Amino acid sequence: MTLPQLGPEEIRRYSRHLIMPEVGTEGQRRLKAARVLMIGGGGLGSPIGLYLAAAGVGTLGLVEFDTVDESNLHRQVLYGRSDVGRPKLDAAMDRLGEVNPLIQLVPHNTRLDSGNALKLFEGYDIVVDGTDNFPTRYLVNDACVLTGKPNVYGSIFRFEGQVSIFWGAQGPCYRCLFPEPPPPGLVPSCAEGGVLGVLPGIIGSLQANEVIKLILGAGDPLIGRLLLFDALRLRFRELKLKKDPNCPICSAHPTQTGLIDYEQFCGIAPEAEEPEEADFDIQVDELARWRDQGRDFTLLDVRNPMEYEIARIEGAKLIPLHELRDRLNEIDTAADLVVHCHHGPRSAQAVGFLRQMGFARARNLAGGIAAWSREIDPEVPQY
Amino acid sequence: MSITIHIPTPLRRFTAENGEVEVEGQTVGEALKDLTRRHPSLERHLYNDQGALRSFVNVFLNDEDVRHLERDGTAVKAGDTLSIIPSIAGGGR
Repeated sequence: MTLPQLGPEEIRRYSRHLIMPEVGTEGQRRLKAARVLMIGGGGLGSPIGLYLAAAGVGTLGLVEFDTVDESNLHRQVLYGRSDVGRPKLDAAMDRLGEVNPLIQLVPHNTRLDSGNALKLFEGYDIVVDGTDNFPTRYLVNDACVLTGKPNVYGSIFRFEGQVSIFWGAQGPCYRCLFPEPPPPGLVPSCAEGGVLGVLPGIIGSLQANEVIKLILGAGDPLIGRLLLFDALRLRFRELKLKKDPNCPICSAHPTQTGLIDYEQFCGIAPEAEEPEEADFDIQVDELARWRDQGRDFTLLDVRNPMEYEIARIEGAKLIPLHELRDRLNEIDTAADLVVHCHHGPRSAQAVGFLRQMGFARARNLAGGIAAWSREIDPEVPQY
Repeated sequence: MSITIHIPTPLRRFTAENGEVEVEGQTVGEALKDLTRRHPSLERHLYNDQGALRSFVNVFLNDEDVRHLERDGTAVKAGDTLSIIPSIAGGGR
């Protein structure tokens, strides 16, 4: 392949790269020729996008469909105050275009799914995974294996991060390490478990570093190695990863040769099939009526104590989800029971468990304390 | 003989927030059993109802995946480190 030439403006901009032998003019031309697809413009995507744009990656695509929320700003440094409420894709294109107008930015305003992933990935050399859920992680992995692209992987939870390059053609893939996803609800998301704001900055920067090295062909890429980072203790550790000879997708004899339904694979039932949904959930306005009518019910808050300190609904009893099993004796079995969390997933899990345990009148407050604050009592802070 | 087990963040709420637990045992399986004896609420997160390690729980002896060694039966010696590596999916959305 003939590498594109650098213009005078590019030579000025990238001069600190050009004078290093590990990059040089040829390396910078490789960067200019490279096509990198970012999945997600969130906490990880912010530093990935900023550094790859600044470094002069010639074609930078972004898949994103979310809008900027105020609670994103403590970590998603791609966005500012005035972007709140805007589509992330628009805000990201503006910001990255400002960082480097000499590159081509390609917005993909879509949710990545089994129907569009392969075609999308075909147009790129490298995929960077900055998504926030298991179904998309397995989808990105499988689509990368099927199209032969390296998947520069990063993942974060609270104070802990993981980085690797999963590349079926050269080493293990994500499924060699994690053959099966954990059951839904077992591993909390960032929205439920929280995340240290600077952590995605560190992990995303490491991903950007690996992308640039892959493009340059420089150094030792993080293939077959899993880097673990603990921000609290400030420790990096490294584990060896091996290709699973029986991997269903990247082994020599794959049992899966196309994309599948990843929601189903991760045990997430389609919403329409949820039984007794109306009975399972209670809406905030109905709960407000119960309260105004003086009806006798128990309101159970299953969030963690830190969240309870930030905001609470008057009269709620706090039993964090992970303590529920051991503290069932504190709950009145006879009364109506309404369970809430921040947005609803944890309380839905709690209600499922409580019903199994015989609390037939347990119901889930749809939308959680966030909906309560928004629709009933604005005095309760949003977080 | 003492083995150190690294506990990942998502599971630390079951170990009184300890990131490292010292255990005893001759094999990976014994060391993990000693861990769940010390912290019983961890058990259902590591093992299924049949008593086998859950498929999404990865255990590394030093820097090697025990699936590529002898799994539960892998011998351990004093000073070894076991790490439980969880699936985490967060991207900071």
